[in-house]
Amino acid sequence: MLIFEQSRLGRNPKHQVGAVEGANYEIPEEFLRKQPAGLPDVSELQAVRHYTLLSQKNFSIDTHFYPLGSCTMKYNPRACNTLANLPGITSRHPFTPPDMGQGFMACMYDLQNMLREVTGMSAISLAPAAGAQGEFAGVAMIRAYHDANNDTERCEILVPDAAHGTNPASAVMCGYKVKEIPTNSEGDVDLDALKSVVGPQTAGIMLTNPSTLGVFERQIEEIARVVHEAGGLLYYDGANLNAILGKVRPGDMGFDVIHLNLHKTFSTPHGGGGPGAGPVGVSERLKPYLPIPMVAYDGDDYSWVTEKELPTTIGRLSAFMGNASILMRAYIYAKMLGNDGMARIAEFSTLNANYLMTRLDEAGFEMAFKNRRATHEFIVTLKQVAKTMGVNTMDFAKRMLDYGVHAPTTYFPLLIAECLLIEPTETETRETLDDFVEVLKKILKEAEHTPDLVTQAPHTLPVKRLDDVRAVRQLDVAWKEGEES
Amino acid sequence: MPFIPHTTDDIEHMLKTIGVADINALFDEIPESLRCPPLDIAAGLSEQEIVRLMHERANEDGQTLNFAGAGAYEHHIPAAIWEVTTRGEFYSAYTPYQAEASQGTLQLLYEFQTMMTRLTGMDVSNASLYDGASALAEAVLMSVRANRKSKSKVILMPTSLHPHYRAVVKTIVTQQGITMQDIDYDPATGTTDLDKLMAHAGEDIAAVVIPQPNFFGGIEPVNEMVNWAHENKALAIAVVNPMSLGVLNAPGDWGQTGADIVCGEGQPLGIPLASGGAYLGFLCCQQSYVRQMPGRIIGKTVDLDGKPGYTLTLQAREQHIRRSKATSNICTNQGLMVTAATIYMSIMGDAGVNSAATQSYQNTHQLVASMTDIPGVERVFDSPFFHEAVIKLPSSAARYLRSMGAHNILAGISLEQWYPELKDCVLVCATETKNQADLEKYMSHMGRLFDAPLACQLRPSF
Repeated sequence: MLIFEQSRLGRNPKHQVGAVEGANYEIPEEFLRKQPAGLPDVSELQAVRHYTLLSQKNFSIDTHFYPLGSCTMKYNPRACNTLANLPGITSRHPFTPPDMGQGFMACMYDLQNMLREVTGMSAISLAPAAGAQGEFAGVAMIRAYHDANNDTERCEILVPDAAHGTNPASAVMCGYKVKEIPTNSEGDVDLDALKSVVGPQTAGIMLTNPSTLGVFERQIEEIARVVHEAGGLLYYDGANLNAILGKVRPGDMGFDVIHLNLHKTFSTPHGGGGPGAGPVGVSERLKPYLPIPMVAYDGDDYSWVTEKELPTTIGRLSAFMGNASILMRAYIYAKMLGNDGMARIAEFSTLNANYLMTRLDEAGFEMAFKNRRATHEFIVTLKQVAKTMGVNTMDFAKRMLDYGVHAPTTYFPLLIAECLLIEPTETETRETLDDFVEVLKKILKEAEHTPDLVTQAPHTLPVKRLDDVRAVRQLDVAWKEGEES
Repeated sequence: MPFIPHTTDDIEHMLKTIGVADINALFDEIPESLRCPPLDIAAGLSEQEIVRLMHERANEDGQTLNFAGAGAYEHHIPAAIWEVTTRGEFYSAYTPYQAEASQGTLQLLYEFQTMMTRLTGMDVSNASLYDGASALAEAVLMSVRANRKSKSKVILMPTSLHPHYRAVVKTIVTQQGITMQDIDYDPATGTTDLDKLMAHAGEDIAAVVIPQPNFFGGIEPVNEMVNWAHENKALAIAVVNPMSLGVLNAPGDWGQTGADIVCGEGQPLGIPLASGGAYLGFLCCQQSYVRQMPGRIIGKTVDLDGKPGYTLTLQAREQHIRRSKATSNICTNQGLMVTAATIYMSIMGDAGVNSAATQSYQNTHQLVASMTDIPGVERVFDSPFFHEAVIKLPSSAARYLRSMGAHNILAGISLEQWYPELKDCVLVCATETKNQADLEKYMSHMGRLFDAPLACQLRPSF
């Protein structure tokens, strides 16, 4: 039942803010609302119960193993939430002058420094609100750099075919053409293909390393050399930074500009689809173009870096300071980790992934890159299962839900047929991984003997498999009074 | 080891299963030359140590008595909202790709979309964008795609729009060859100068941006602006404060046929100020433009048994399917903030939103009336206003704000940084969170500063 169907006019006494009798506005009638909008009129208990019950229809990290590849669904420490909600932090207005309190700015300055060190870049801006906005900012900086050098013929961004969809979409938002680079059978970039397309029209290349194929790009130094020699810049998509935190740094690999996904690597909440936070880091030559605002420190006071201090900036990306409360959670998490804790993240996320890959391999599942070391994630392909048993990856994924496991990422990367991209993260126990192996073995057996059980899954969730085609054809994106729900 | 559960036995067993001697061997595909030295970052803090540090930092920023708005508003946030929003099942879930395991989030988003369409008078809403300013940038990009009658990529943008919104739009859309033309405000009213808008009649324009209320708190002539846009084959993009829609007309009812696209900042709906984020941008539109909309959209459908359920829909617009041909690069949006805003709108309802909006209107009007009793202090513009107003002081605004700040009062925002012509002017706002004692405190400190303690009493409320 929808909240609207529980609504009865005059039910809520509005004790939250009190009622106003007979309001009188000095605003001409033509600008005033004529009819109430039609928000629900329910008691506080009704609302609390309704949304609590809805929450219970979700899988989440707190309730389920959630090995969603490329999303780093690890434990979100409760301390980060509690402390980011201290009154002095939540009540601070974004236009509070720095001389009325420096606490928030001190945290942001520390966070900039920690992220700079762990990425090996020269400077960080925390402004982008999510990974995709970080990508946009990064590509915009590449463009600003070439423009400043009067190098205006560079119109192409190279993107490997295994990249996240945001990469080509971000390049296009910055006015670039996208050229795809193929991947070789080992999962590395096809270097010959790269060399054949790189040239004076190349503005840059966008790479994820480890790549979305769950392997470390071994030729990264050679790729950097080839692209730099042609005058292009290297962009690092930080989606998979969890795998190498404290082990290898994008700055040392030769990248000129990077973004991080703090909701992945620094464990801020995924929130049912955000907010994210996508800080960008740059090498020395891109520093003049960083998005504003940033925080500076002169040894005594923290101050804002705005367009006045950095006139060559690509500009502002949101009205204030990106997703500040999320940055605060990442700061608290990073402080709890410290230097040793960061390297441990890479170590144990890699240990968990390689252990799980080995166990699944032994259980008879086909690995996409069996001869490669897994990073923090790896790919299983079910193409043989699909061919011989008529049960595809989506069926497998839906059946996993019945066993109380959130499905891994399915059908991504696009290069690998019938794939599952599995990322267990460092915060899961060995027992959880072992249980997951048993679940997959069981489903494989079901696929063989009782395939309908799998192809009709899920059976135990609030709804059975949903008709996505109908959702598009009979588009219903807002409830109308009287409609059945 | 914080948050890592492995025992020594686990580690040994797992390494043996993999067939390597130690954990470092798992990084053997990374060239030796790239391995980094130990990081120059301090050792980790225990939970009790970070609690101490964060309390110190939070106390530094203290509890300011806040009379600033300018795009971020301090409203009362009912306790139930974040109690429910931060339940792990909402807090630690992700984008609902597996619809059957995400019906909670999906139904909530469908309810959010419904609420936003009702508030704005539009047919369709998406499931959020980053913030109000980036939502406007997306609305501008959308209008250029959607307006088939225009080839110009020219957008008319009033200078009475929030200066940071104008800056963000510039950052994002100029990369795609879109140009913005400023429409100046009328110095008497502080609202869009209609003559200056109408001077563009007959030109090829993709869209007109219409803020309501505008950055100065003023009520714009929205009906005439929408009609003019449509007569000139331009789309009308409304930028609204959702709280104000408890009192002000819905953009769907502006002019003859209503605005085409509506966007804005959802922060007033239960989201704390928190230094400027995380907030939520919203974007609504008329049905005919739905396929040009960026971001996630939730649709209602049925399952195999014909039972209603909710799922991500129209995904063919999005980056994970369309890649370089997507309507936007947006992926993750502001799910958790949408959760809070949805619960806020449910608990407050029409009457609650109207009450918070009306009290904000009344408090600001009472404050402005009292302030302008001081000789030399006056309103700059004569147009009707909602819950913010521009006040001219007899002397430097910066000095005034510093002096009030010394008493822990954030007394407004100086406007000169964006509008040189508004020297010595502050933008003030008093929401429903301010009681009579707060307003009296403001006035008594202000009175002392301008040496007018007698004139400086709080006017009775009305």
